[in-house]
Amino acid sequence: MKGEQRKKIVKTIKIDVDKCNGCRACELICSAFHAAPQYSSNNPRRARIRVVHDPLRDIYVPVYAGEYAAAECAGRDKYTIDGKEYDECSFCRASCPSRDVFKEPDSGLPLKCDMCESEPPLSEPMCVQWCLADALIYEEREEEVEEEEAQEEIEIGLEAMASKHGWQKLLDTAARMSRKG
Amino acid sequence: MRYAETGFNLEVDLTRGNIERVATDPRLTELYLGGLGTNAKILWDRVPPDVEPFSPDNLLIFSTGLLVGTPAVGCNRTIVSTISPQTQLMAFSMMGGFWAPELKYAGYDKVIIRGKSSDLVYLWINDDKVEIRDASHLQGKGTTETAELIRAELKEPNAQVSAIGTAGENRVYFASIEQGKSSASRGGIGAVMGDKGLKAIAVRGSKDIFIARPEEFMALCNEVLEYIKVRRENPIPGVMPILAGLGSPQEMVIHDEKWHTENFAWGNSRVRRKGFWTKEVAEQWTGTMESMRTRLISCHNCPMKCAATISVPGLPTYMMKCFSKLTYTMAAMSDLEFGLSIAQRATEYGVDAFSAPQVMAFALELYEAGILTDQHFPGMPSDNEGRFYWLLDRIVRREGIGDILANGTHWAAEQIGNGAEEYAHNNIKKHEQLPLKLSMLNPIYFLMYSTGEKINITQIEGNFPQAPFVTREEREEFAKDWIQVPNEKIKQHFLDWEPRGEHSIPHYPGVDATCEIVDWQEMMHYIDDATGMCAGLSSFPLKPPYHIHNLPTLISAATGIDLDEEGLKQIARRNRNLVRAVNIRRGMRRKDEKPPADHWKKRFPELETELIDTYYRFKGWNEQGIPTRESLRELSLGYVAADFLKRGILADGEDAPSRETSGQEEET
Ligand code: SF4
Ligand code: SF4
Ligand code: SF4
Repeated sequence: MKGEQRKKIVKTIKIDVDKCNGCRACELICSAFHAAPQYSSNNPRRARIRVVHDPLRDIYVPVYAGEYAAAECAGRDKYTIDGKEYDECSFCRASCPSRDVFKEPDSGLPLKCDMCESEPPLSEPMCVQWCLADALIYEEREEEVEEEEAQEEIEIGLEAMASKHGWQKLLDTAARMSRKG
Repeated sequence: MRYAETGFNLEVDLTRGNIERVATDPRLTELYLGGLGTNAKILWDRVPPDVEPFSPDNLLIFSTGLLVGTPAVGCNRTIVSTISPQTQLMAFSMMGGFWAPELKYAGYDKVIIRGKSSDLVYLWINDDKVEIRDASHLQGKGTTETAELIRAELKEPNAQVSAIGTAGENRVYFASIEQGKSSASRGGIGAVMGDKGLKAIAVRGSKDIFIARPEEFMALCNEVLEYIKVRRENPIPGVMPILAGLGSPQEMVIHDEKWHTENFAWGNSRVRRKGFWTKEVAEQWTGTMESMRTRLISCHNCPMKCAATISVPGLPTYMMKCFSKLTYTMAAMSDLEFGLSIAQRATEYGVDAFSAPQVMAFALELYEAGILTDQHFPGMPSDNEGRFYWLLDRIVRREGIGDILANGTHWAAEQIGNGAEEYAHNNIKKHEQLPLKLSMLNPIYFLMYSTGEKINITQIEGNFPQAPFVTREEREEFAKDWIQVPNEKIKQHFLDWEPRGEHSIPHYPGVDATCEIVDWQEMMHYIDDATGMCAGLSSFPLKPPYHIHNLPTLISAATGIDLDEEGLKQIARRNRNLVRAVNIRRGMRRKDEKPPADHWKKRFPELETELIDTYYRFKGWNEQGIPTRESLRELSLGYVAADFLKRGILADGEDAPSRETSGQEEET
C-alpha cells in the first residue's frame, strides 16, 4: 500500500568538528535568543547546543539537544575516532537523567533544539549565524515523502485494539460496520 | 536588578578561611565601570602604600570586566590586580580564555583574596557553593596538569581553572597565572598568588547575565560581527601581515617572521640579525609550526582564534599564543623547535614569556662577561639550549643562582653587583620589556613607554599606525573609512605624517599632536580593561570593530547606565588617574618614567623633556607626574587629592601643573 506523496522541508545543520575552535559563541547566543524577552539574558547552561570540548585531547563536538529521555540507556557508547577517545555519550543528543546537560539549570526541565523557530523565520539559526568559524553550516532541502504517518497511526491503533479484543472480533466488527456504511 | 554585572563580589580571607559574598555599590559602576577601574578603587581604599607585595594585607583581585559574560563579542577578560613584587607598583595583567565569563555565570564580578593560607589550597566556586580545598597534593604540579587534576577530582570537566605552577609557588617575581590558552603574566602576580598559598581557583556557573536594553544591544553586537567579517575579507594593505588583521597578533597562523627575527633583538635583547630570515629558515620554521600545531583556538565568544594547541613530539600538549612563540627562540639564539619545546615546560612552571627568556639570556651574558663564574653554575650543560633548560629549572625552584635570577634582571643585577646593572638594560620601572632596539626616537612611543603604567608597550599602543605610510595616496586610502579615529585632527596628523623629511620622526607628529595620539590610544586600553573587552578587537589593532564612537552605546545598552562619548572618556580618565594615584602613593615619580636607555640610538633630550612636560600638563599632572588637586576634583577623585595633601605628596598652593622643565637631569 502506498501513501500520498507530499513535500517536506528537511533542515540540517552540518557540523564540521575540524573547524570548531571551542569559542562557545553558539551556546551563548542560543541561550540569549531563547530568553524571554528575547536577548534579555544569556546563560550557556540553558543552550540547546553544547560544545563537548577538551582542547588537550583535541576534542571539539558541538551537539544539539534532541529528545527527552525518561530513563538512561541500558548501555553506553564510547567512540574512538582517528585515535581520539571520546567520553561516554559524547555524541548523544538526549536530555537524559544520566547527565546534567540539556536541562534548565534551575527547574531541570529538558531543553530541545527547535532550530530557532520564530515568526518571521530567521535566515539561519542563531548558532549558525554566530559561528564565524563555519563549523556550523545550515542547509534546507525539500524532500518528497510518502504520507506514511497517517497509515502508521491507523496500524498502531488497530494493533492495540486487536491485542485487547482479538483479531477475529475486530474483523467481524469491521465487516459489519462497513456493510452498514 | 543589575545588568551586565552580577552586583556581587566574593571576599576570601585565606588567613581565617573565611568566605563572604558581598553586594557592591552600583554607584561605583557608574564611576569606574568595573574590571581595572573598580580594582584600582579597591586597591586605593584597602591597600595602604606601606603594604609589601608579600604581606597578607596585599590584595589579589581577580576581576571580570563589566561586559564579560554578555553577548558582546570577544569580551572575556579577567583583570588580575595586585601590588607587584618586581615593580612594587600596581600590577594589572589581563587574561582571555573562559575564566571570567564562568565567574560571572557563577554570580560574581570579582574574587578578592586577602590574607595567607599556611598550607597550599585551592578555591572551588560552584555557583553559591564556595569552598577552600586542600591543594597539598598539587604542590609542584604544572599549571595545565593542575587544572586537569582539579577538574578530575571535582568531576567537573567544564570547570575553568586559573592556576600557578612551581614558579608561583616559589614566588618567582615573574611568575604567571595560567588558564588554558591564556595567562596573566606580567608583573609577577603569580608570585603573589603563591605567597598567599593559593594554587588555583576553579569555577563553574549556571546563572543568567542580564541586559538592560536587549534589542539595541544585540543590534550592536551583530554589527560588530559583520564588521569582523568585513575586516577578515579586507586586511589593511601596506602593513606587515600581523598588523593587517584583527585579534591579538596572529603569531600562530602567520609563518613569515622576517619582521620579528630581523628587527627585534636576539639574546639578552642585544643583536639584530639582518638577513636572518632566509628561505631555508622560513621552510624549517614553517615545517616546525605546521607539524606541532594541532588546532587554532579562540577565547570565549570570539571568532579570532589567536591561540593554538601545540603538541611537541614526546611532550604533553599545551596551548600558546602571541609572541611567546619567539621569545625563547630569540633569547637563546636558537630555532623555533627549541622555542616551542621549552615553552611547554615554561608554561607548566608558569612564567612570563617576556621576562623569563630575558632573565636567562642575561645570566648567560653575565657568565660570558665573567661577572658570574663557573661556581654560580655548577653542573650546567655546555650546550646553549641545555643551559636554558638548566637555568629555567633552577629559577623556578629558586636553587643556587636561580634564587637570585628569580627576582628578575633588575633586582638580580643589584644583588650580583660588579657591573651587572649594565646588563639589566631592557627594563622600564624594573620590568623586562619587549626585546626591541631601534634607531630614531619615535615621540609617540617615547611617551607610551615612559608614562604607561601597565609597563608593557603592547598594552598601551594601538589604533594609530605604528609607522607612517609611504605615499599620500596610501594614507588617504587608509583614512577614507577610518571611522575609529576620535576626531579629524588626529586623522590629519596621520595624513601629514611621512617616513622622511620635515614631517617625520622625531619632530613629527609635533609635541601636542603626540600627546593627543598617545592619550587616545591609552584611553582605549583603559576602557577595554574596565569592560573586559579583548584589546585584539578594540584598543590594539588598526580599524577594530569597537571604538570610542560605538562603545558608549554598547556599554549603556548593556548596563542601563546613561553614557555618551564624553562620559566614557571621563571614566577612562578617572580610572587612568586612579591607577596613577596608587603608584604615586607608592613613590613613583618622574624619574621612573623613561624608556630603556638603549631603546633608541638617536635620542633628543630637549625634545624628550618637552614631551614629558607637555604630556603631564595635558593629563592634568604636575611636573612630577602627580595628578593635581584640581584635576583630581574634576574627576570626582577628591578623596585622592585629600590623601595626597595629608601625606605631603601635594602641598597647598603648589599643585598647579608646572610650566618649568625640571626633568632634564633624568634625560641624559
Ligand atoms: S560557535 Fe562554532 S566554533 Fe564556536 S564553539 Fe560553536 S561550533 Fe565551535
Ligand atoms: S538551532 Fe537555534 S535552538 Fe537549535 S541550538 Fe542552534 S540556536 Fe539553539
Ligand atoms: S581576539 Fe583573540 S585573544 Fe582576543 S578574545 Fe578573540 S581569540 Fe581571544
